[in-house]
Amino acid sequence: MIEITNLSKTFALKGRTVDAVRDVSLTIEDGDIFGVIGYSGAGKSTLVRCLNLLETPDSGKLQINQSGLITIEGGKVYHGPDKKPMREKQLNAMRRSIGMIFQHFNLLDRSTVFENVAYPLKYSGMSRAEISERVMEMLKLVDLTEKRDAYPSQLSGGQKQRVAIARALANHPQVLLSDEATSALDPDATESILSLLRSLNEKLGLTIVMITHEMAVIKSICRHVAVMEDGRVVEQGSVYDIFAHPKQDITKHFVASASALNRVDKLMAEDSPLVAVGKGELLVKLLFSRNSVGDSVISQISRDFNVSINIVLASVEVLEGAPLGGMVAIVKGDADKVNAALQWLNDHQVEVEVLRRG
Amino acid sequence: MDEFLKQWIPNVIAYKSRFLTSLSQTGEMTLRSGLIAFAIGLALGVVLTVCKKDGIRPNAIIYRVVDVFVNLFRAIPFIILLIFLIPFTRMLVGTAIGVKGALVPLVFGCVPFYTRQVEAALASVDGGKVEAARSMGSSTLGIIFRVYLHEAVPDLIRATTITAISLIGLTTMAGAVGAGGIGSFAINYGQNQNHQDIVNVCVIILLVFVSLLQFLGTLMARRTTNRGLFRRGDQK
Repeated sequence: MIEITNLSKTFALKGRTVDAVRDVSLTIEDGDIFGVIGYSGAGKSTLVRCLNLLETPDSGKLQINQSGLITIEGGKVYHGPDKKPMREKQLNAMRRSIGMIFQHFNLLDRSTVFENVAYPLKYSGMSRAEISERVMEMLKLVDLTEKRDAYPSQLSGGQKQRVAIARALANHPQVLLSDEATSALDPDATESILSLLRSLNEKLGLTIVMITHEMAVIKSICRHVAVMEDGRVVEQGSVYDIFAHPKQDITKHFVASASALNRVDKLMAEDSPLVAVGKGELLVKLLFSRNSVGDSVISQISRDFNVSINIVLASVEVLEGAPLGGMVAIVKGDADKVNAALQWLNDHQVEVEVLRRG
Repeated sequence: MDEFLKQWIPNVIAYKSRFLTSLSQTGEMTLRSGLIAFAIGLALGVVLTVCKKDGIRPNAIIYRVVDVFVNLFRAIPFIILLIFLIPFTRMLVGTAIGVKGALVPLVFGCVPFYTRQVEAALASVDGGKVEAARSMGSSTLGIIFRVYLHEAVPDLIRATTITAISLIGLTTMAGAVGAGGIGSFAINYGQNQNHQDIVNVCVIILLVFVSLLQFLGTLMARRTTNRGLFRRGDQK
C-alpha cells in the first residue's frame, strides 16, 4: 500500500516560488492501477517524483509497502517511527523497491538491451549467472529476448519502452511509477505498452501509478484516478465513477475530451443540419450508466410515449467491465408526451440534458 | 634517398641527432604532461558536473573553488604562465628548467582547458539517464562511472583529442624554460640560423602528427557513438 499524507513541495524559481504539490494525501491499494491526470504544470510529475524521493518534498509523510514510515519536515527526510535522518543507503534501497519508467525511456545508448536491463542488478550481490538469468527472465516478460544484443538506437519507441519496463522491474519491485510513459509513442505502441502494463499488473500483482495527461490512457487501464490541478488533488475515485459523474470543471473537461459525444458541441457550433431541430423537436443528450445501459429504454419510450427518436451520435464504452455511454438524439412528438418520456428516462437513471429546443 | 634528402633538407640532415632529440622531447612532454592533465582534468570535470547546483551532489563551495581555479589559469597566456610558475615548479619538482621543469606549467596550462571540455562533454549526457539511474538506487559513484563517463565516451574522446592537439602547441613554447622540443629546435636552428628547411620540416612533422591524432580521435569517437568500441553491430 502507498500512503501519501499532507505532501507539499515548493520550488523557488528566479525569485518567485511555485507550489508544485500542495498538501496532497492519497492512498493507493496494493495491486491497483492508479492514474494521476492533470494538465502540464499541475504538479503530477513532481508528485510521482516525490514518491521515490527523486524530488525531496518540503513536508509530508510517505509509506510505501515495506519501506517504513518516511517523514519529511523542512525539506529533511527522516526514516522510521523514531525519525532518524534517512541515510543514503536506505534511500537507495527504497528506490530499488520502486520501479520507474519515463516518457523518453532514458536508456543508456551505449549499452545493449541486455546491459541496460542488467544495470540495476550489478553490485547487488548477484552472481553473473544469476544476473544473466534474471535479465533473460525480464526480457521474456516484455517479449524482447531476441533483441538482447541490440542497441537502443536500433529499436522502435515501443521496444525501447519495453526495455525500460524490463529494467524497472529487474529488482522485482512491487510498485511501478510511470511518468507519461506512453506520451511519446504512436497509438499502436501506446496500446501495446498499456496492455503489457495491464498484464504485468495481473500476473505479478504489480501496483502501478500512472501519470498522464491523456484521459484515454486512464480509461484504458486505470481502476482509480486522481485529478490534479494547480498542485492539488481536486477529485478522486474509481475510474467508472469519475467518468459517470465528474464533479469538478476540470474533470468534466477531461471526461468530455475522451467522449465521442463531445462532438455534438462542435456540430452545434457549426450549425450542422444534423443537429438542427424543427418546431416541437428537442435535441437531447442522454447519459447511461451501469444500471441503465442494456435496458431497452429507447424502444420502450418510443412505444409507450409515442415519440420518435432520431439518433445523432451514440457511444457506449466498457469501463472496469461495466458499460458507460450515451447518445445525442432528436426527440419528436407531442410536447407533453415528450416531457413525460424524458421524465420517465430520468426515473430510470438516465441523465437527460436538453441541448436545444425547437 | 640520402642524396635526395641532403639536397632538399640539408640542415635537417646536418642536425639530425638534435632534430631527433627535440622530437623525442616533444613526445615526452606531450605524453607525460598529457597523462597527468588527463587524470586531473577528468577528475575536476566530474567534480564540476557533480557539485553544480542541479548536480547529483550539489556543493556550492567545492564548485566555486574549482570554477575559480579553472577560470584563473585559463586567463593567463601560457608563455606568462611558464615564467610565473617557475618558483612553484622548483618547489614541487626541484628544478624549473628542462623537460622536467616544463611538465608543471604544461599541466597547469592544459588542465583548465581540459576540465571545461570534460564538463561540456558530461553536460551533454541527458539528465533523464541520470534520473533513471537515481530511480534505480544507483550510488553517486555508480552514476559517475556507469552513466556520466560511460555515456559521454565519444564526447570525451573528442575533447581529449582537441586538448592533446592544443597541448602539442603548448610544448613548442616550453623551449623558453630550456625544455627543448620541436618548437625551440625550429627557432634556434631554423629561424635564428636562417635554415628555412628546418622550419619547413618542423611544420610538416607537426602537421602530420596533429592530423593523425585528429583522424584517430574522430574515428574512435564515431566508433563508440551509441555502442561499445570493440563490438560488432550494424549501425543505423
